[in-house]
Amino acid sequence: MRDAVAAVALPVAALLAALALFGLFVWLGGASPVETWVLLFKGAFGDWFSWQNTLQRAAPLMLTALCVALPARAGLVIIGGEGALVLGGLAAAALPYAMPLPGSIVGTALVCLAGMAAGAAWIALAGALRQYRGVNETISSLLLAYTAIAIFKQLVEGPLRDPATLNKPSTRALAEGLRIGGIAGYDVHWGLALGVLACVGLGLWLALTARGFSVRVVGGNPRTAQLVGLPASRLILLACALGGACAGLAGAVEVAAVHTNANASLIAGYGYAGILVAFIARQNPFAIIPVAILFGGFGAAGSLLQRRLGLPDASVQVLQGIAFVLILASEALRDLDWRAVWQRPRLPSGTVEAQVALAGKAA
Amino acid sequence: MPNDLNASRRRALAQITAASVATLSPWALRGALAQTTLTMGVIYVGPKDDFGYNQAQAAGAAEMKKIPGVKVVEEENVPETTAVTKTMTGMIAQDGAKLLFPTSFGYFDPYMLTLAAKEPGVRFSHCGGMWTEGKHPKNTGSYFGYIDECQYLNGVIAGHMSKSKKLGFVAAKPIPQVLRNINAFTMGARSVDPKITTTVIFTGEWSMPVKEAEATNSLADQGIDVFTMHVDSPKVIVETAAKRGKMVCGYHVSQAKLAPNAYLTGAEWNWTTAYKTIVDAAMTGKPHPNFLRGGLKEGYVKMSPYGAMVAEPAKKQADDIKAKMIAGSFDIFTGPLKDNKGATVIAAGKTMKQTDIELERMNYLVEGVVGSV
Repeated sequence: MRDAVAAVALPVAALLAALALFGLFVWLGGASPVETWVLLFKGAFGDWFSWQNTLQRAAPLMLTALCVALPARAGLVIIGGEGALVLGGLAAAALPYAMPLPGSIVGTALVCLAGMAAGAAWIALAGALRQYRGVNETISSLLLAYTAIAIFKQLVEGPLRDPATLNKPSTRALAEGLRIGGIAGYDVHWGLALGVLACVGLGLWLALTARGFSVRVVGGNPRTAQLVGLPASRLILLACALGGACAGLAGAVEVAAVHTNANASLIAGYGYAGILVAFIARQNPFAIIPVAILFGGFGAAGSLLQRRLGLPDASVQVLQGIAFVLILASEALRDLDWRAVWQRPRLPSGTVEAQVALAGKAA
Repeated sequence: MPNDLNASRRRALAQITAASVATLSPWALRGALAQTTLTMGVIYVGPKDDFGYNQAQAAGAAEMKKIPGVKVVEEENVPETTAVTKTMTGMIAQDGAKLLFPTSFGYFDPYMLTLAAKEPGVRFSHCGGMWTEGKHPKNTGSYFGYIDECQYLNGVIAGHMSKSKKLGFVAAKPIPQVLRNINAFTMGARSVDPKITTTVIFTGEWSMPVKEAEATNSLADQGIDVFTMHVDSPKVIVETAAKRGKMVCGYHVSQAKLAPNAYLTGAEWNWTTAYKTIVDAAMTGKPHPNFLRGGLKEGYVKMSPYGAMVAEPAKKQADDIKAKMIAGSFDIFTGPLKDNKGATVIAAGKTMKQTDIELERMNYLVEGVVGSV
């Protein structure tokens, strides 16, 4: 119970502290802190419009954060989700080139599956390089992301290019029937639902299933895992593939719901933002949902701050930076025994008597 | 909220003034009342002070702020994703904007077109898109400038100033708009001396400072002594070239401040002209200008002032050609024109006017360019 309280109270306190610091920061810059706070809230969560704005921005981050969190639970630091995302998007856009697709939900599902397969293969490759060739997965996944982007550009600007796209090379657009629409006529598309489902589903999988438990054992102590006969390499590859599939799905959703084709705008940094989301969420799939929404909220609020107060875009990055440093730093307080802090004998500190009294107590 | 109070007081004053002018001159009544207030939103893909593409747009927007009754809301660093849809809808719903300038190329399709269909009461003006009658909504439009005219003049100056007869062009992507600039620059230089070559490097990205610096250094190592570019922010290229003791012709806005001793001249946008036309139409209720294009003559583009080191004969030749361009008696793309593989791309006797749609589909590099598409 106390753990749960700390898990919520610490980040909230850190966030409030960050807002206070940010208020000081804008005050030094000549803007009104109160107005800034009001606008931050209005922009992110003030009304239904703001909520849609926030959720829309959060949707891809949930999936890319899973690409970091799942391998992390198996003990790997994977930071190349961007590569899985762009290849996922590319595979989704390329599938109709390879085979005729039914213009229905089945076709959309196939497009998404193609994206998931591409992303899964890419991150599993980073996992395999580590398990079988001893290559550091952090470096290899990052470098593989650059390779993925190069492949993406080569194909989009070359063989897969729609000749009608002159100044912005793109693949041919997905047929109308294959695209993903908004949820019940709202601006938020179904990618958000997929993101939430993936976070909850994979969170339950890690928490409740034998396979999920095995993955956590491998991540917690690889030697123990080997001693009890767990197939470590296979579990690690599984975690990588699942994470990669999530990022690949994010790419496919971006193509099917937003861009309609694959083009360079797909490389928008969602993969890298996902790293931050996953670390703030302490690699817990359930926690990714609120953290991603918070991230989306920063984006939405930043938009309003720029328009109303004329603050530069960098100011919101400052807030984001302060918030995340404080949230991460607040982790240090998690294991603190608060009761001991409060119950420390209230003697005038520093005096000889006090030290003697303390020493006597200790003895 | 002191800002809001001030703004509304200013607005009220503007309205009172407009009303009193209207009572003085009844025939002006209609125009004066129509000229109430207009909130316009401008959206940039990068920072507003990038010494490049976005700064050129922001300069136009800054001029619009001076018009009484116009309120400008701006947002920078907006990626070409749903983020731009959100920014546009936010400007409409939260700020009451009735005129939007989504300035980056990638905002056009699908973001601006999709939203414009849902918001028939809002006008959208996009920079560089190919607005097509019958295909795109009436409340949308595009504006762009024939900046290849300025790149041609850059080439003339570069051709005079180069000692090695080797020029360098750092370009983002091999797309028609960029190829047209590379070709115009090369043809301008070769009009001075046909032995001149332009070596081009494509970085593959609109904004990739590291690659741009590498490209500049590698070109400098090959003996190139005058640089120009087509990337979003020429800052790094200008500074790197100057550090290497080379000369540069700028792009988008003047970078003279960054390298006063290396900056010969530059091809600049003058978006105030297009912005003014579009804003005036919105304020007076005239139909939305759907397709605006112009060059030096129309005041859509301009040249940076010459640097002190530019020689007199260079200035004279460039100024002569500029005068002809403004008079409409000079065409850049005239036959016979060969590409750098030897094939004829414009037949002898054929002249392409700037408005020719074929030029917007350019897919070749002209003779004298070292590089490939």
